[in-house]
Amino acid sequence: MNTVKEFNIGTPLEVTLPPVSRLDLIKYAGASGDFNPIHTIDEEASKAGLPGIIAHGMWTMGNLAKLFTPYYEEVFLKEYSVAFKGMVFLNDVITLQASLLSIQNDQYKFDVFAVNQKDEVVVKGEAILKRF
Amino acid sequence: MFEEMIGKQSIPVKNTVELGSVRAFSKAIGDPSPIYTDEEVGKRSRYGTNLAPPTYPRVFDYGVIDEFNLPNVGLIHGKQTFQYNRPLLVGETVMCSTALEDYYERNGKSGLLGFLILKREGKEPNGQTIFTEEQVVIITEAVRKGMTS
Repeated sequence: MNTVKEFNIGTPLEVTLPPVSRLDLIKYAGASGDFNPIHTIDEEASKAGLPGIIAHGMWTMGNLAKLFTPYYEEVFLKEYSVAFKGMVFLNDVITLQASLLSIQNDQYKFDVFAVNQKDEVVVKGEAILKRF
Repeated sequence: MFEEMIGKQSIPVKNTVELGSVRAFSKAIGDPSPIYTDEEVGKRSRYGTNLAPPTYPRVFDYGVIDEFNLPNVGLIHGKQTFQYNRPLLVGETVMCSTALEDYYERNGKSGLLGFLILKREGKEPNGQTIFTEEQVVIITEAVRKGMTS
């Protein structure tokens, strides 16, 4: 089990995902109940004026939160807020990052990001972990 | 066009956090951690049961706001916030509701954009709040025109 003692200001938590696949988005549609077809069907994406299907914003936001999962015996995610800045397309390689901004009493505040292979920020936000 | 709907809310809907659904969801976000998927790990944890991932409330039924109809295409999810008083637990019952908190329009590059601020809540059956959510949904001018014509 990981411990929050590992949290250091300036040492980001980071993980790079495998290239986004259609199956990833089909699975997310099924598990979340969000069947908007622009996320899974090419024709519907192009009808909506998109160059191809795009990932659900909530798929990326959901993935991003996994950086904190190993610490849930000591803390819980009290606040998690993001802005969706850019679209995520098939085969994009997304890197998830969280960097500690401050520790105040029992709360750890992080900046969180998801960037694509072109270093474009697709999701940007903040998370606060609260210690028990 | 949604101004007159501001403040309206749904009747709360009873939801249950089921392990099978949590397992499928945690796999779908690439996070099949034992705290979400393994019953034994859940039992031994400080929670005495498995957790649901923080973005899991996407799965819940929040009910419908009367006469509030959104097209299912052409909406842009702009922002999303979750606030938790405690983690969401597998096996528990959650009463979920939604409200239109605000609506305003702003000029954007592609014309007038509509911003819907939707608030969602998940409460224990006794009324204690577990989490609140805020969603900013952007409606483009093209979609809004299609709705009124």
